[in-house]
Amino acid sequence: MTSLTTTAAGRDARGRGAHPPRPRGVGRSLVRSLPLVPAIILLAVFLLGPVISSFYGSFTDSSLTGSAAKGASFVGFGNYLELFADKDFPKSVLLTLVFLFASAIVGQNVLGLGLALLMKSGNRVVGAIVGTLVVTAWVLPEIVAAFAAYAFFNATGTLNTLLAVVGLDGPNWLYRLPMIAVILANIWRGTAFSMLVYSAAIDDVPDDVRESAEIDGAGGAKRLVYITIPMIRRSISTNLMLTTLQTLSVFTLIFVLTGGGPGTDSSTLPILAYQEAFKFSRLGFGTAIATIMLVVGALFSIVYIRALKPEVD
Amino acid sequence: MKSILSALAITAAATLVLAGCSAGAPAATEIKVAYQKFGPSQQLDHHMKAVKEAYEAKHKGVTVKLVPIEAQQNDYFTKLALMNRASATAPDVMYEDTFMIKSDAEAGYLAPLDSYVAKWADWKQFPDNAKQAGAGDDGKIYGVSMGTDTRALWYNKEILAKVGLPVPWAPKTWQDVLDAAKTVKAKAPGVIPINVYSGKPQGEAAVMQGFEMLLYGTQDKLYKADTKKWTVGSKGITDSLQFVKDVYQGELGPKPEQALDTTVGNTVSNEWLPQGKLAISLDGSWVSGTWLPTGGTPWPQWKDVMGVAPMPTQNGEKPGMTSMSGGWTLAVGAKSAHKSAAWDFVALALDKDNSQKFDIMSSQIAVRKDVSNDKAYLASNPTVGFFSKLVANTHFRPATTDYPKVANEIMVAMESVMTGQQTPKQAASTYDGAVVGIVGKKNTSK
Repeated sequence: MTSLTTTAAGRDARGRGAHPPRPRGVGRSLVRSLPLVPAIILLAVFLLGPVISSFYGSFTDSSLTGSAAKGASFVGFGNYLELFADKDFPKSVLLTLVFLFASAIVGQNVLGLGLALLMKSGNRVVGAIVGTLVVTAWVLPEIVAAFAAYAFFNATGTLNTLLAVVGLDGPNWLYRLPMIAVILANIWRGTAFSMLVYSAAIDDVPDDVRESAEIDGAGGAKRLVYITIPMIRRSISTNLMLTTLQTLSVFTLIFVLTGGGPGTDSSTLPILAYQEAFKFSRLGFGTAIATIMLVVGALFSIVYIRALKPEVD
Repeated sequence: MKSILSALAITAAATLVLAGCSAGAPAATEIKVAYQKFGPSQQLDHHMKAVKEAYEAKHKGVTVKLVPIEAQQNDYFTKLALMNRASATAPDVMYEDTFMIKSDAEAGYLAPLDSYVAKWADWKQFPDNAKQAGAGDDGKIYGVSMGTDTRALWYNKEILAKVGLPVPWAPKTWQDVLDAAKTVKAKAPGVIPINVYSGKPQGEAAVMQGFEMLLYGTQDKLYKADTKKWTVGSKGITDSLQFVKDVYQGELGPKPEQALDTTVGNTVSNEWLPQGKLAISLDGSWVSGTWLPTGGTPWPQWKDVMGVAPMPTQNGEKPGMTSMSGGWTLAVGAKSAHKSAAWDFVALALDKDNSQKFDIMSSQIAVRKDVSNDKAYLASNPTVGFFSKLVANTHFRPATTDYPKVANEIMVAMESVMTGQQTPKQAASTYDGAVVGIVGKKNTSK
């Protein structure tokens, strides 16, 4: 984000023509970009490298054991064809989208925005306490949060103990309703991020705009729809994108809670990729699933950037 | 400011370069020994520690680095395979399941041991089938057998007597087993009637202890060794899956969510059986190792409480019982820089004394002739005689490199019927399709 704005600003400055470009301009900018080289190299080695190698791997029969482990051979689109013919795959894509939609797009964003609004207008002490509680879930390392959620949802966990107090006999959530359990767990864990982003954005909405709307007779709901949301839509776009990408790659939480089961009832794409690559030793097939995840993430990013394109105010 | 930045950059660059250099070779010879330390293989940890001490005393200048891997079976194979992929992490000696040998030998992870065993005086103590268990597809020896095992029904005599079943219990058919479980369910509430390992979290153990103990008691086989074809569309497969369904959907087994916990293998031998919470378990000969004084849950009364019965064939067909055998080996890594030192470790760990100690400690069926005839070994565990006799009617897993992949499909089928997501028929047909995908249509038959 920052780099985009800087480049834009740079172009503006040049456009105004305060200093006409010097003859050695190209050389100068090359020299000036030298300090970026280490960062670019590190990015290439640690980010681009694995992506390319995984992309290539998805076209091979690479395996953890058997003859293919010695030297993988190129199989073209074999993995993809097999994947699209596999009936677990559409189910897994569907589960991933359900998980994404329910826990990130609806759950974390709406709840995060709601909490941010309430904290803005609510009592300071209550706001501070609620804020701390919400952020706690986010501060926990993912594996710790996952175990905490497991302790809450399992057959003899906190939730069922509480239900028993009021005389209700709760089901084994992780087994009977695995998707509900992982969605709730992910909302619990991720809402703090959206709440923080929206709190900051709402604080930036100028008070005079809000006040003049109030004088014009706009009620709370109207102010939210016509003033607050349009003014924070850039944050909404950024936040939707970040939570979407984060949620698409959630692995630890689901793996600890349900292991993708029972059967394949909570096997989202990351779980399916792990199972194929590391449980069933089919690295090539697993990386093909990972590549599909990359494509899904890219599609969502494009949609958000297009739909909520920040215009100049 | 600029100078500070450049100083930082130089430091960072230097750190990267130096970090690269420091990963050089260690000065003294060190051999890495990788093994599983989980559930019933806890005893292996004691064994390895003892062998390490003896080895280091004998071979000055060589240090043994033990790498215990705490993971359930399938995860153990994955971790081992990942270690084996790079020479920097590849172990010199590894604990290797016989059914992975062919596949891992083909992957280039294991070193052939023929030249070493040829000079090893102890090699003649190993019977041919034990030697074959460590052979690769190319006929070379890749692993030395530590012991073997058989599988049968363990039952709690006290619970069975309480619900009015005859003790000693000797079921003749699958129906007898299910009927006994139903009796326990009706008359002993709170007790899990029967445990049959099932589903993906148990890995290949579910396939062997559960599915194959059933399938090899039907008229069908998983794989026909003479024609080298995998069986598809067989009644035996559907019937075996039906049995799994009857146990789990008929509420005769643990709850599916308990059975699908990766640690259920530990729970059965450490908690459910000693605490009298489980009446019958279709399990391995090694289970009592946990209850010995050296095991994870010492339980001296087990000799009086627990009984064993052979697993019957489906309808009592001859020979009236069935069993499955596997076993583990020690193998030397192909990427090892000190193969000869690694072999010395294997030879020491599996000499007469150490083999015997290990077989007794972890309730293994001895393969070395000198151990299996040793009086101390025979007297060590009252079930040794029973489980050794099962060897006469035992079966082995298909010895092909495709087996681990096919086994994965069996786990998937088991899990889908135990959770009620598919009927046995549907699951069997999904399995058939997957097997055709793995081995090719021409390598299957009805």
